Amino acid sequence: MNSFLSIRNLSISLQNGERILRSVNMELDRGDVRGLVGESGAGKSMIGKAILGILPRALKVDEGEILFQGKNLLKLNSGELRKEIGANAALIPQDPLTALNPSHRIGRQITNRLVDILGWSKSEALKRTYDLLDEVRIPDPKRVLNSFPHELSGGMRQRILIASAFAAEPKLIIADEPTTALDVTVQKQILNLIGEMQSRHKTTLLFVTHDLGVVSKVCQSLSVLFLGKVIEDTSVSLFFDKPFHPYSRALLAATPKYNDLKSNLIPVSEEILNSVKDEVLKLDSEWSNDR
Amino acid sequence: MVEISRNTSRKIGMRLWLSGGWLTFLVLITLLAPIISPNDPLAQDLFASRLPPFWMDGYEETYYLGSDSLGRDVLSRILYGSRIALLVALIASTATCIVGATLGVLAGYFGGWVDLIISRLVDIWMAFPPVLFAILLIAVLGTGLTSIIIAIIVIDWTRFCRVIRAETMSQSAMDYVASAQAVGRARFGIMVKEIVPNVLPTIVVLLTLEMGIAVIVEAILSFVNLSISTDYPTWGGMISEGRTSVHQAWWVIVFPLIALFLTVLSFSQLGEGLKDRFDPVLR
Repeated sequence: MNSFLSIRNLSISLQNGERILRSVNMELDRGDVRGLVGESGAGKSMIGKAILGILPRALKVDEGEILFQGKNLLKLNSGELRKEIGANAALIPQDPLTALNPSHRIGRQITNRLVDILGWSKSEALKRTYDLLDEVRIPDPKRVLNSFPHELSGGMRQRILIASAFAAEPKLIIADEPTTALDVTVQKQILNLIGEMQSRHKTTLLFVTHDLGVVSKVCQSLSVLFLGKVIEDTSVSLFFDKPFHPYSRALLAATPKYNDLKSNLIPVSEEILNSVKDEVLKLDSEWSNDR
Repeated sequence: MVEISRNTSRKIGMRLWLSGGWLTFLVLITLLAPIISPNDPLAQDLFASRLPPFWMDGYEETYYLGSDSLGRDVLSRILYGSRIALLVALIASTATCIVGATLGVLAGYFGGWVDLIISRLVDIWMAFPPVLFAILLIAVLGTGLTSIIIAIIVIDWTRFCRVIRAETMSQSAMDYVASAQAVGRARFGIMVKEIVPNVLPTIVVLLTLEMGIAVIVEAILSFVNLSISTDYPTWGGMISEGRTSVHQAWWVIVFPLIALFLTVLSFSQLGEGLKDRFDPVLR
């Protein structure tokens, strides 16, 4: 039996052959909240983008499949993919400052999607939008709906993006570092909001981040990515309790401890970095031999 | 938490007032030329040749800005000449804008081979010296208003194409485009509905700049006698004719030059002023 979303053996590389994702496997059930962590450039965002079919043009999929509700998204043509994704999945983007179109009013940006893609009537869509803004606790929704994005603060915009992602009741939401561009106080509110929305709507959530603190707060399970390879795939409680991979252990050790400000930050050592690198790159030669 | 900056009715700056004022004045002149011209712009009177403007000795009634060596009234010729200038400014620049901006948006948004073809075409195009290109074109097409307009489009579409392509590329990289793709919008729809509105301020600024450039190109072509036929007054033609008698009658060349200068300056300043008002973030 297929799970809700399963990524099998997904490999993606640049046109020049540089590998971005290396045989990634991942299984998500309905209602799962999965964290996807890794350092910058580890390819975490690319997994989300591959699912949504918005990979940058410079990348190509070498092999593998993304099974979403039993359908292989990589085999669908662009029309079918749009239909499948548009109705069932949504994205909470990284930077709320560029994720809303500066030329359109907020209201139009949320309702347009319900009207154009899902064929709702205008009044239905507007009513739903009011309810949503209420749900994400935006004061004075009427005024906000008539505002342009630049008239709102970053936190407000992220709330709007969350509302907009949940608007069509998607079964899957991909949150691509939704709190990275916000300051810590707002981060906390936004995280709480995402968690709350997720549990209310029973949405499956793939949470891309480089912040282990965020993962421990929001997710149930996580995958650790290094150089485009999943090196640890485990539940959150197990991960924080006894991480399996040396790199994961080093990552956890490198988390700043706020209750002991005198202790120095322990960076992930060169040794460990090199050994994981070797481990990952060794698989590359096998992989290219197979092809 | 809502930071509303509703004070959107900013004052219209001096720059916008002055440039807009001069251009409005020019439009009025163009429309009213037959009524307000003191003389027939084509009537020659060899007994009234090289008359000085009204504040100098030897001035004669109704030749307010003097007359040229054939005795034609300078003021009337400037008034009628503004018709050609404005006509070229509006039609040629709009057409140039449509061609250049469309190709620029397509190249910037679709990238790949579309971009490759359009960009290489622009590169090759820009390797030709523009004035020579225009002269060659007019030699082939023959003189006349239509030829001038076609020549301007052919020379200048690359200017739009380059700038709009770059602007479209930077807009395409924004998250709102990715979001629109992620909710399953068609690519062409995203281009028209999401990206074009954000490129529009740049297009408007370029358009007004192009209007000034079109006026200059027309004047250059008139200057080398490749504009419309000499029996209709144009500013460039007047400057060219006035050049030969600049020591005896400087007013023949100076007044059309002033009109040309103010018009081109106004167009570029109008563009700058409009940019501030069109930009949704600055607005």
